[in-house]
Amino acid sequence: MNFMGYRRKSGAIGTRNHVLVFPTVICASAVAGMISKAVPGTVTVTHSHGCGHMAEEKEHMIRAMAGFCGHPNVAGVLLVGLGCELITPEVIAEEITKAGQRFEVLNIQAEGGTTAAVRKGKSLAEKLLKEANRARREPVDISELIIGTNCGASDTLSGLTANPALGVASDMLVAAGGTVLLSETPELIGAEQVLARRAAGEAVKKRIWEITSAVEALVKKAGVDIRGSEPSPGNIEGGLTTLEEKSLGAVLKGGTSKIRQVICYAEKPSEKGLVIMDSPAHDAVCNTGMIAGSAQVIVFTTGRGTPLGAPTVPVIKVSSNSGIYQRMKENIDINAGDILDGAETIESVGERIFREIIEVASGKITRAEILGHAEFAIHSLGLAV
Amino acid sequence: MSVAALVLNIKDNVATAVRPLNHGDGIDVAVGDKVVNVVLLQAIPFGHKFALRDIENGGQIFKYGEKIGQATVRIKKGEHVHIHNVEGLRGRGDIP
Repeated sequence: MNFMGYRRKSGAIGTRNHVLVFPTVICASAVAGMISKAVPGTVTVTHSHGCGHMAEEKEHMIRAMAGFCGHPNVAGVLLVGLGCELITPEVIAEEITKAGQRFEVLNIQAEGGTTAAVRKGKSLAEKLLKEANRARREPVDISELIIGTNCGASDTLSGLTANPALGVASDMLVAAGGTVLLSETPELIGAEQVLARRAAGEAVKKRIWEITSAVEALVKKAGVDIRGSEPSPGNIEGGLTTLEEKSLGAVLKGGTSKIRQVICYAEKPSEKGLVIMDSPAHDAVCNTGMIAGSAQVIVFTTGRGTPLGAPTVPVIKVSSNSGIYQRMKENIDINAGDILDGAETIESVGERIFREIIEVASGKITRAEILGHAEFAIHSLGLAV
Repeated sequence: MSVAALVLNIKDNVATAVRPLNHGDGIDVAVGDKVVNVVLLQAIPFGHKFALRDIENGGQIFKYGEKIGQATVRIKKGEHVHIHNVEGLRGRGDIP
């Protein structure tokens, strides 16, 4: 089975053809925003990082930024820096040039300030856009697809309708040779035994327990009860009582395949099939990590409704109940709530999600894209000064 | 009338209401190939859980066939099961 994608120089496949204006440090965020505004058709992000990172946080930030900028949905990237930061445009350029990514570099201090940097940046972004517009979609086997799965603003119905339906779609993609990322480590706590039974080998099983133990150790060190954060107040209002209950419903998104690998935040999977990414549960942080890890489409289930999107990758939203679908229709692509009314089954909605993934990968625009949702966040490991 | 509540695994001792249910309602719940009748002792909001049988103080709560927490008081069949009578045991840095 094929979808229509953009084949990049590296061989990686894009589902979108964006020109990204990316500040490598917060000090360049406003200038990047001004350039993007001056060149319609480009996308940009803001973040609060790029300087002061120490030890493994530095590597973590570079991996996340380089993964995001070198992503096959990005036809070309303008890297904007200030000039004196830790993570300069040159640092990211060195990483993404290995995979043949098209980039330009701009430094505000070297250009002599905001106005001159925006003027130069505008002409560089226009050049990148002109080149990007030459790219054409071509048929690509769906085994080239990596989808990210996420759930946010969950309720108890998420685990009964939307998540198991997404699980059906995940199993279909894995059966076709594709890759599915299951993420949000805190929401694996209490469901490790279910995942461990499906681990491909002892090393993977050990890693599953290691990543959840690390989160639990953090909570214990803080001396707090995780409830209130996980489940969140909205989750609890929606009927989720404990983290264990939330997790058991959340992991259904990944389907029932063997778990091939456990990877770090923003790392690219080297195995196909179902892969766990060790990531915070924070929705935008998790999406950004999966995108940096090469996800070309994200499927996001929600019970209480969320508008979240991503700057360079389409996010398909699936509602768990018809009430939220009716209230937030403009934000939702597929309603799994019909399963409760008996109008549909988990399997039939799962097949619909699978078809939607293929169509969206081939260019169909999602609700989040129509509305301009482009949330972006990288988490800090707390190793910054 | 559409289904009132769902049970996911025969091990489960709670059901999830898939529409708002009233105090005093007699609900037939499918548990595997059997049907269990539960008279609700409280109103159950949409998406919330109620007990399928009596659960002792300290007893495990099962959903998806897995443990989701522990009863902090005795819970009667038909009672609302939520944070007021169940606690999670994971991520508890508040317990020494």
